[in-house]
This record gives sequence, C-alpha cells and structure tokens, in this order.
Amino acid sequence: MTATVERPSVTMPQMSDPSDAPQLAFRTLALTKRFGDVTAVDGVDLDVRRGEFLAVLGPSGCGKTTLLRLVAGFERPDGGGIEVGGRVVAGPRRHLPPEERRIGMVFQESALFPHLDVAGNIGFGLARRDRQRRIAELVALVGLAGLQRRMPHELSGGQQQRVALARALAPHPALILLDEPFSSLDATLRSQLRGDVREILRSAGATTLFVTHDQGEALEISDRVAVMRAGRIEQVSTPDELYLRPVNRFVAGFVGEANLLPGEVRHGEVQTLVGRFRAGHGALADGVRAEVLLRPEQLHMLQVDRLSSAPRPESVLTVVRRVFHGSEVHHVLRSPTGFEFEVATPSSATIEVGTRVIAHARAREVPVYPLDAE
Amino acid sequence: MATLTTRRSASRVPAPPAWLTGAGALVALLGLLPIAYLLILAAGSDESAIALALRDRTLGVLARTLVLAATVTTASVLVALPLAWLTTRSDLPGRRWWGVLSVLPLVVPSYVGGYAVVAAFGPRGTLQSLLEPLGITRLPELYGFPGAALALTLFSFPYIVLSVRGALLRLDPAYEEVSRSLGRGPWRTFWTVTIPQLRPAIAAGALLVALYSLADFGAVSLLQFDSFTRAIYVQYRASFDPTLAAVLALMLVTCTGGVLLAESRLRGRARYDRAGAGAARPPATVSLGAWRWLALAFCSVVVGLSVVMPVGTIAFWLIRGVSAGEPLNLVWDATLNSVLASALAAVLAVLASIPVAVLAVRHRNWVGVLIERATYAGFALPGIVIGLAFVFVAARFLPAIYQTLPLLLLAYLVRFAPEAVGVTRASLLQVSPRIEEVARTLGRRPGAVLREVTLPIIRPGLIAGGALVFLTAMKELPTTILLAPTGFDTLAVRIWSATSEGFFARAAAPALLMVIVAAFSLTVVLRRERDR
Repeated sequence: MTATVERPSVTMPQMSDPSDAPQLAFRTLALTKRFGDVTAVDGVDLDVRRGEFLAVLGPSGCGKTTLLRLVAGFERPDGGGIEVGGRVVAGPRRHLPPEERRIGMVFQESALFPHLDVAGNIGFGLARRDRQRRIAELVALVGLAGLQRRMPHELSGGQQQRVALARALAPHPALILLDEPFSSLDATLRSQLRGDVREILRSAGATTLFVTHDQGEALEISDRVAVMRAGRIEQVSTPDELYLRPVNRFVAGFVGEANLLPGEVRHGEVQTLVGRFRAGHGALADGVRAEVLLRPEQLHMLQVDRLSSAPRPESVLTVVRRVFHGSEVHHVLRSPTGFEFEVATPSSATIEVGTRVIAHARAREVPVYPLDAE
Repeated sequence: MATLTTRRSASRVPAPPAWLTGAGALVALLGLLPIAYLLILAAGSDESAIALALRDRTLGVLARTLVLAATVTTASVLVALPLAWLTTRSDLPGRRWWGVLSVLPLVVPSYVGGYAVVAAFGPRGTLQSLLEPLGITRLPELYGFPGAALALTLFSFPYIVLSVRGALLRLDPAYEEVSRSLGRGPWRTFWTVTIPQLRPAIAAGALLVALYSLADFGAVSLLQFDSFTRAIYVQYRASFDPTLAAVLALMLVTCTGGVLLAESRLRGRARYDRAGAGAARPPATVSLGAWRWLALAFCSVVVGLSVVMPVGTIAFWLIRGVSAGEPLNLVWDATLNSVLASALAAVLAVLASIPVAVLAVRHRNWVGVLIERATYAGFALPGIVIGLAFVFVAARFLPAIYQTLPLLLLAYLVRFAPEAVGVTRASLLQVSPRIEEVARTLGRRPGAVLREVTLPIIRPGLIAGGALVFLTAMKELPTTILLAPTGFDTLAVRIWSATSEGFFARAAAPALLMVIVAAFSLTVVLRRERDR
C-alpha cells in the first residue's frame, strides 16, 4: 500500500547501507505498532533526506502521533525498525531510549519547563561549555533576542512555540519532530508562525518530520507529504503532485476539495456529466464504472439561456447553493438525477442561486478511479 | 485525537524504572505493616478474643462509636454547607474574613478543643461562673455523648467547608445559567443543579470528618465518652494483652474501611468538569437582602464557638495560671521537640510520597495502583491503631528502637504518608507528561528528569504537602503518647497529661503555642489552595 519506497525491500541488519546513508537523515522500515487489537502503525516505510521537511498528514486516530512517538522512543515498536542519522535506534533486539536518539521534539502544547526562563529552556539540552554562545545564537535565530530572562508564562503562544523550537534545535539533533505545533494557536498567528518556523528550520538546515491533520498546513510548508490512514501510508509526494494526482479516492478527498464525478468507460474514455476524460494508463475496459477527480477550480459554468443551441436535458444543472470564500465563490450544482458537486469561480463572476447552467472541465487528463477496485 | 488518547491511557503505560518501583513498594509495605501485624495477632488468639469482640459491652462501644461518627458528620455538613456557600457566593458583609475564620478551627487539636469545651461549659467552668450570679448553679450534663459530639463537630467541620468551597469556586457558572434560561428559578436551580455538582466535594469532606471522629482519641477521652479508641487504650493500659487490643483495633479499622468504601460509592460515577474550554468566569454573587442579618448571626455563633471560645478559654487559663505562678520555662523544650518530630515527619512523608505518586500517575499499571492503594491504607488506620501496632512490633522484634525517635517517625510516616501522597499526586497531575518527554529527548535519563524537571515544577505542592503533614503531626496525640521516647515531651503530650488530670492552667501555655504553630503551617497549606 505504500507508494513511497522505490528500492528493494531490505531486512533490518542491512539497513545501514553506506551508499545512501549520507543523504538519508531518517528512515523507517516496515514499522509496526499494535495496541491490543488495534494496529496503530502498520508496516510504515518512510525516508527523509537530509534537510528535508516531510509532513505526515492524516485524520484523527490514523496513527500519525504513534508514529512520531515510536521515532522519538516513547513507544517500542512491535515490528520493523527506525534509523536516525545512519544509526539504527529501534529494531529487532535494539531500542535506544529517547535521550540517546539525538531527536528534537516540539509538541502541540509548547511544554516549556515552567520553572526555567527562556535561556534555561533553550540551554537545557546543552553541555556547559559553549552553552551561552549557542543560546544566544538560537535566541537570535528564532527572533526572540532580549527575551532570554522571561519566564514561559510571560510569553505569548507564538513566542512559546519559538522557544520550544529553539530548545529542540539547540543540541544539533539529527531529526526534528513537530507534533501539530500550530494547532493551539489562533488562525492569523498560525499562518504567520508556520512560515517563520519553516524559515528557521531551513536556515538551521534541520531535517524535519511534521505531523498534522491540517492539509492546508501540510501542503503549504512541506517538501513532501505522506498521507496516512488507519496506520498505513497511502501516498508520499510533493504537495502539487499530491493535489493533482492523488493515488486513490481517500487521498483525493482528504487533500483539497474534491469532486468525484461518476461515469462509465466507453471507448477508452469515461463519460460524465461534464464531458469525457481519458480512462488512465491502465486503459479500463468498456462498461467499467469509474470516478473522475475534478477540483472545483478545474470546472467552469455556462448559463443555459445564453447558449446558442439548447443542451441535452440530462446535462442541465441548477445552482442550489453558494459558499463564499473571499477571492472565490463555490457554487453547488445539482444534476437532474440529484448528484451534487462544486464549481469555483472568481467572486466577480458569481452566478445566482436557481440559475440553470452546464459545466465543462478545463482539463482532459485527470485522475480516474475505477469503482469496486479499491 | 479523542479515540487515540483513550487508547493510550488504557494501554500505553511506560514501564517504571526498577528503583522507582522498589521505593514505592517499600513505602506501601510499611503502610501495610500495622494491619498485617494486627491480623497475625488476632488470628493467633484463642476464643476469649472472639468472645470479647462479641461481648455486649464491645458491641455497645461499636454502636456508640458509629452513632457519634454519624452525628458529627451530619452536624458538620449542616454547619459547613451554609458557611461555604455564604463565604463564596453571597454578598455577606466581611465575606473574606468569615472565609478565613471558618477554616481556623483546623488548628485546634481535638484534645485542646475538648479541654476548651470542658473548661467553658463543664461543671465549675467559665459559663457557669458567668451564670452563677443569675442563680443558675447546674448546667445540663456535658460529659459523654453531647460534649464529645459538640467538640468533634466544632473542630472538624472546616474539612467540609474547605472541600465544598473549593468545588463552589471551580463550578462552571454556565450550568446554573443554562438551568435559569430553561425556566428554573434560583432556588430550584440551587437544589437541582448546584447541590448535585457539589456531591463529590461534600462526600470528600464528610469522609474526612467521619474518619476524624472515628479515629479521635483526645476529645472522647477528655469528655469521658467510651468510643473505640478509648476502649482500645484502656484495654492496652489495663492488661498489656496485645491480642484483645488487636481485636478491638481491627473492629475499628473495619469501621473506617467501611466509611472509605461508602464514600467511593457516594461519589458517583458522573464526571464533574467545566462544560468546555475557555477562561473560567467567576460565578455571580447572590444578594442576601434582609437575610444577611440571619447569615451574620449564624456565622458569629459558629465562629464564636469554634474559634473565640477555645482561644478565649486558653487565654483565660493562661492568665490565671501565670498569675498563680505556673512555670512557663518547661514549655520551650516541648515546643522544640514537637517542631523537630513534626518537621522530620513532614520531610519523610513528602519524600515517601514521590515514588508512590509518580508510579500512580505516570506508570499506572497494576503494580502502581496496588502501591497507591496500600499507601492509602494509612487513611483507614486511626493513630491509636498505628501506635499500638508499632508498640507491639517493636517490643517483640525490635526492642533496640522501642521508644526511640526513629520508631515514632516510622509510625508518623505510615499515618501521614497518605496526606502527602494526595497532595503530590494532585500536583503531578497538573504537569503535562509532554514536558517530561521533552526532557528525555534533550538527553536526560528518567531519574534526571525527575530531579531536574518534575520535582522543581511541583515544589509548591511538595511544600504544601509537607506543611499539611507538619500540621497534623503536630496535633497527633495517640501515636505520640504510645511511642514517644521517655522524656521526649511534645506539646501534645504536655497538654494531654495536664488536661487529663484537670490542670487546665498548666495546659494553657502549650495549647496556645500549639495553636500558633499550627496556624502558621495552615496558612502555608491554604496559600496553595488559593493559588490553584
């Protein structure tokens, strides 16, 4: 089920293959964790290159937090292994405790030490020698110069997360783990801070594994995104690849807004309400039922009473609802059979509720998912 | 994350380091020692012990003790509920002051309270001498049940005031507002919404009062009421037959155990939390109107009896004693001994509470739960029972430490560790486990995390727990008189020996010092309540 690893599966003892070790900062192999009957993490293979920012995206309870805790060493895997910085930290007969893994961690709640000031928090993981210099470096890096003597409760939520990040970066960890670090902040602050955090991590050259349930967040700041469901990785891709070519209906629906238009294959094409589309590389057989993924902005509308010729009645749609999103408006269209989907237009080109329209797709090459196959 | 979190709490319990389990188990075993030894003693007894247990006189003691505990608990709830409500939710004039005064009786040990009750209301007491000019020469009989019930109620009801007041302050006003918006008036809302939410707090406070009255030795002895503790003491003094005393002690422990069980049932299974996230809003204040005169009268009577009366009595006898040439110099070394023993007990109890609380909160597997429960056994063990068990164990197996300070401290530890564990546990629950996990990723082993992160964070809680143990150890009478080294007079022993022989003036100076030191440690305990 993993669309990620394009190398032969190797067994644990051979994991530290010296040829690709320098590029890889982190990898898991067939990592598995069970809680009673539930398999929270189910054979996960991931690899992260040095300096890369990888998001693990999934709905609540998909196992992404367990994955993070396995990597950090707070949980012991039931199978598979973990390698950090070219060193096996978990595997058969091997389980390094968290303090020996060289991993920095930032939690949703900042979890700053309430009895230590900013400098004390950042310096917690540092040896005495060089400590002051490194603290000063990090305070400058996260933009909190002058606040070294503040106590955690005297900082705003965003400042607290910056300190938490500085504290994690201070001992030069091989890998930084971010566990939903922005979700306790309000919306404006969140979007500003995530840009800043990305920049801080980039300039520190840190390798990052970032867990979130917020797809916007994941797409915005990640080099690659791994979509997780029920303990398994469904797809690992760059954000645009993930958005444009999701490997299955779950990923399509989870990342961005998706219209899945049903149709039937005829002569290598899927016939839908809004036109015909090429039925993918697999060349599906005639008569197979399939769904076509069309994002709302890939569709456009024409008003029926402005058309020169009358359209076929089954393709006439009615605008039943409008949802205002600022720069654009989503129109919910209903077909004569009752099927509903959304079309986005710029706010300036909106169409009234009740108007009769037909819809067209701008794209011809779109993902097609055969039904009853998944 | 909801489902995942539940699953985590069910099965993701990290294994504790062995040293932690070892330390916790040691504390737990110590807590179980007295009861185990009493069981062994009772099991080895002949029929005469069982005959003793079933004798009419013993069953009479059992009935009297239970009636006393029930009366004191009921009366305390009736006094404490209005006080707690008036001092948190009404516009009672001087609300803050009444709030402080209503918990002040906690600094009066029961034997000082009993002594004050006798000296004030007893034959030839203050009240009678005031009434004598009016021709009243006989007051209603005080000794026995009425005096014991009065003294115990007056000096234990603040436990309920504290717990109910805490609950009233934490209560989310949204529940009451919803009830009002759904058409229920203030009175019906109070009975159908507020009171049910206070139930766990009332039960928790009532539990403390019930245990206090079951375990009390000082007040019942001074007021000559034959409850279990007095019967055990008399049995022990009269015959030095450990078996018979052990049987009586076990019967008493059965009572306290039953009360603990009843409370956990009464607490109910509903959860009482704030309705949602967001800042806590202070609840609205109720205007008393003309009722405030009645409220003021009620508060005055309660505070008058539970604060002014004992302090006044002590002052009266102190002045009388000093003017009659009572020597004061002997009080200082008793004070020093009291402070020394109580401070050591506080330090020991707090140290012992740490592994138990960490196991119970962070490593909640069956071992952790078992260790926590075993430590709480001390709650069910009245001081006289613990004292007796340690006397027997030491006399039989460890004559070298019999009547030494270490033995007294061990007994104090068993008796007071549960209090410290309660406070440490509550503080620990406030610390997010994430904070400790961060410390692990920054290179600290579990022991270093405890030392450098967890303990510094919960330090205010540790201090409050220590102050609480200090306060109760200071007041502890039965354990002290049974186990104190010869010549090691504490304030408690000094007050006890003077009052039990009727030398009220001689008891006044130590009683005053006791109340002052206790009041000081109570402020430390309460400061934390306010900070929370």
